[in-house]
Amino acid sequence: MRLTCPHCGERDLREFYYQGDAVALNRPDPDATDVEWDDYVHNRDNPAGETRDLWYHEGGCGAWIVVTRNTVTHDVLCTELASDLKEASA
Amino acid sequence: MRVAGKGCVDRSKPVSFTFDGRRVQGFAGDTVASALLANDIKLVARSFKYHRPRGVMGAGSEEANALVTVGRGAHQEPNVRATMQEIYDGLEVRSQNRWPSLDVDLLAVNDLAAPFLGAGFYYKTFMWPKAFWERVYEPVIRRSAGLGSLSREHNADLYEKAFAFCDVLVIGAGPAGLMAALTAARAGADVLLADEDSTLGGRLNGECEDIDGIAAAEWAADMVAELASLPNVRLMPRTTVTGAYDHGTYGALERISHHLSDASGRPLECFWRIVAKRTILCAGAIERPIAFRNNDRPGIMSAAAVRTYVNRYGVAPGRAVTVFTNNDDGHRTARDLKACGVHVTAVLDSRNDGPSGQGYPVIYGAEVCDAGGRKALESVTYRTVSGEEKLGTDCLAVSGGWNPAVHLTCHMNGRPEWRDDIQSFGPVEGMVPGLTTAGACNGTFSTLGALQEGADKANDAVQALGFKSIDAEVPAAEDAPYNMAPLWAVAGRGRAWLDFQNDVTVKDVKQAAKENFRSVEHMKRYTTQGMAPDQGKTSSMGALAVLADATGRGIPETGTTTFRPPFVPVSIAALGAGAQGIGFAPERLTTSHEASVTNGAPMIEAGLWYRPSYYPKADETKWRQSCDREVQMVRNAVGVCDVSTLGKIDIQGPDAAVLLDFVYTNTFSTLKVGKVRYGLMLREDGTVMDDGTTARLGEDHFVMTTTTAAAGPVMRHLEYVHQCLRPELDVSMVSVTEQWAQFAVAGPESREMLAGIVGEEIDTETFPFMGCGEITVGGVRGRLFRISFSGEHAYEIAVPARYGKSLYQALVQRAEALGGGAYGMEALNVLRIEKGFITHSEIHGRTTAFDIGLERMVSAKKDCIGKTMSERPGLYGDEREQLVGLKPVGPVKQLTAGAHLFEVDAEPVRENEQGYTTSVGFSPTFESFLGLAFLRNGRARHGEQVMMVDHLRGVTTRCEVCDPVFFDSDGGRMRG
Repeated sequence: MRLTCPHCGERDLREFYYQGDAVALNRPDPDATDVEWDDYVHNRDNPAGETRDLWYHEGGCGAWIVVTRNTVTHDVLCTELASDLKEASA
Repeated sequence: MRVAGKGCVDRSKPVSFTFDGRRVQGFAGDTVASALLANDIKLVARSFKYHRPRGVMGAGSEEANALVTVGRGAHQEPNVRATMQEIYDGLEVRSQNRWPSLDVDLLAVNDLAAPFLGAGFYYKTFMWPKAFWERVYEPVIRRSAGLGSLSREHNADLYEKAFAFCDVLVIGAGPAGLMAALTAARAGADVLLADEDSTLGGRLNGECEDIDGIAAAEWAADMVAELASLPNVRLMPRTTVTGAYDHGTYGALERISHHLSDASGRPLECFWRIVAKRTILCAGAIERPIAFRNNDRPGIMSAAAVRTYVNRYGVAPGRAVTVFTNNDDGHRTARDLKACGVHVTAVLDSRNDGPSGQGYPVIYGAEVCDAGGRKALESVTYRTVSGEEKLGTDCLAVSGGWNPAVHLTCHMNGRPEWRDDIQSFGPVEGMVPGLTTAGACNGTFSTLGALQEGADKANDAVQALGFKSIDAEVPAAEDAPYNMAPLWAVAGRGRAWLDFQNDVTVKDVKQAAKENFRSVEHMKRYTTQGMAPDQGKTSSMGALAVLADATGRGIPETGTTTFRPPFVPVSIAALGAGAQGIGFAPERLTTSHEASVTNGAPMIEAGLWYRPSYYPKADETKWRQSCDREVQMVRNAVGVCDVSTLGKIDIQGPDAAVLLDFVYTNTFSTLKVGKVRYGLMLREDGTVMDDGTTARLGEDHFVMTTTTAAAGPVMRHLEYVHQCLRPELDVSMVSVTEQWAQFAVAGPESREMLAGIVGEEIDTETFPFMGCGEITVGGVRGRLFRISFSGEHAYEIAVPARYGKSLYQALVQRAEALGGGAYGMEALNVLRIEKGFITHSEIHGRTTAFDIGLERMVSAKKDCIGKTMSERPGLYGDEREQLVGLKPVGPVKQLTAGAHLFEVDAEPVRENEQGYTTSVGFSPTFESFLGLAFLRNGRARHGEQVMMVDHLRGVTTRCEVCDPVFFDSDGGRMRG
């Protein structure tokens, strides 16, 4: 498997650490409801198809990357810096 | 038998090797299989289950019969295909799965027991008495069924792994592959051409035909020479591409020195990971056998393999060869044999119309229905409308048509598509992104077709990569149509083999269908068809045709089983190359490592680090003696310990304090420059992640320490919090664990000791408890932190790692002068247990700040990671198991870690469990074992007694529950 780091270019899977769903970017407010916090920390979809998840270029530049990929075809559709996405949504 | 004047083996270079101890002569360029056939050695193996005599069947990696063991002792390699092993002087080859010898194999009795050993026999027979299965039947079956065996010695051979990148990967160097590689290379692409054969050319080396007016093998050699001369082409002979993986990644096994008597330090094999932008699969096709009674006799071979032996190796596999075919290719075998003077008994063509014989008889509408001769073929019986006839023959060349080698196209879950025109499954474009097929593996069987397709597909590939396609001139070549009438199995009595390697017959497949294992996947598992090392390369198609027939379905409806990597067996040693012994895991060594080892300290692994357990003195024979002494040394004088392995993260920027406030439960923005604070970090789910101290070196500059084990995860976490949650913060961080050597100096004499080493004055003013600052050590700028993990007046002194070794020496020397010295992990552990300090034994991923008694460290004034979730019901309160201290009070004085706690009179069973111990140690200070434990509602139970029960070690100890801080509970020694 190959992922394209926005800083370093296309690299082998083994340079990356896999975290999980990119929902991790959307941390609720401290006073959000229990349901919101439960969803944020625990509940994950397991889609057959497009998914967005967080990878860390641990063996490279140290960037956290949001990878949009298809779990059925294994296509990697898009890789973006998590910080760019987060700042754009702020 | 050698045929004069034929083949490309070098007859001026005789090579001799041994087969089962017998000396065999061949020539340079021979494989074990060709050399054995040249010497009329027909019997080369015994079959897996029935121990039937077997001979060479094919001429390539698909060989199902001729598996041999090569080498001896630690270098022994089992299950080597004789068709792939090139010979060299001194090569030692042995047959396998026979006893006492290949010729007289007593286990051949299994063949007589065949009626009991059919499909799924182990599910049905040997059922009684029940206990016998495990103790008698299974061991006996396992011993008698099998392949070669391992040497059971350490594998002493060298293996390597490597990566390669290219624009275009061409797999297979037959006509299509050579043409594709040359076209892509001429267009300017970076080309990698891999082929599993030692000589590139594929079937061109085994056929008697012309390309561009010259012999095909010669044309192939010219092409290879041209490719080799191009700077943008890499040729990889003896390299099998074993699997297709995501995003253009391919696995490939290169056999580097299997063919050399002296490897001269080269590895045996190299496992490649090849990343290609485009791939052209030119893997060719595999000729299929036809099932008929006793079709596994030695001497019954693939018709194409017979051509290869004659044309490439100059070997006739028999003196009177018969051909059995359902297509025109069989006639080519007869033609080639005839042309070099080998007697062709007859061509038995199952079709009623076929080419006419050219100097040999052709019998149309004939099907072979039996084969005679046990250790070598003696005769075949064939059937026509006019009845059965017997023919004397010592070799039967069989062609049942061709199956495209679609394997790699299916490695990413694709399924091949049935093609009526070739009566086989062909590849579907796009099943592996970036991969296309050309030539026989795409069902294009003529040489001209393959050449044309190779050129076209290469042009498509280079165009897609932005190169300009070239006008590839395809030379004149053979372009015969593929005339074939399917014939999978000849009807009749007796056993007809489908899977030679796993001994699966037509009957077995029919039996499976009859027992309702109708799905091809079920049939496969029930009969074990296709589950041998060859993965059904020659048998799967026939088996599913038989299954389709038995279940009244068509072959396309029956479908194929799943093709999985690897295409050929790959040794674990090659896959794991470099990861043996010292290469198994990286080693991280501290700057004091050498000194510790010199002083006899046993080193223990802490993550990837190596740390000293203790420093034994000459008169100390047990580790406890050293540990006790080192603890007392720290309590009474001074000790030195390398703590460089703790994670160190340098954090800088105007928002550094904001980030720390967010990742730590407590507040760091209020920390004054020149001070250190203990911090607690939670995971977002509210459990404790890590702890450690963070020093503020400047307004915008902090240095965080993490535990040794969590250094990586914490670094990752900080980056995550910054980049994914708070990217607006102006802060940067970098791990500096490797850059600083840091030593703990602990004990009442520590200040006195440092006074002789540190350039600056150290007093309560400049370095109060939890103070920090820059210092000079022998002219080197360093850092000093007044922190303590032992409960003593203590410091940690840090210098750039390159000065670590000399500073450590100086520190130990000075400590020894003051009645102290170095201490190791055992003493460090006892010291911190005495003081009730926690490690990852306590913060093991299930404990909360409340559990360890630090809930007050979770600031109410601010948000932090994990705060919200740590307030969930159930994560605090009386029901929680809370950190306590334990002291033995009964006759048994021993405590063990991992033991369970029960009320004194309760039965020690799971239902009554009250908690568990996490850390224990013998404290010389208190002359008693001390333990840290989690006990339900423990903080309210100080003074109570509980029973510690260790069911594993058989220890039961009555304990008193107490505060986890045993030593100096008001902290006077530490602060003073």
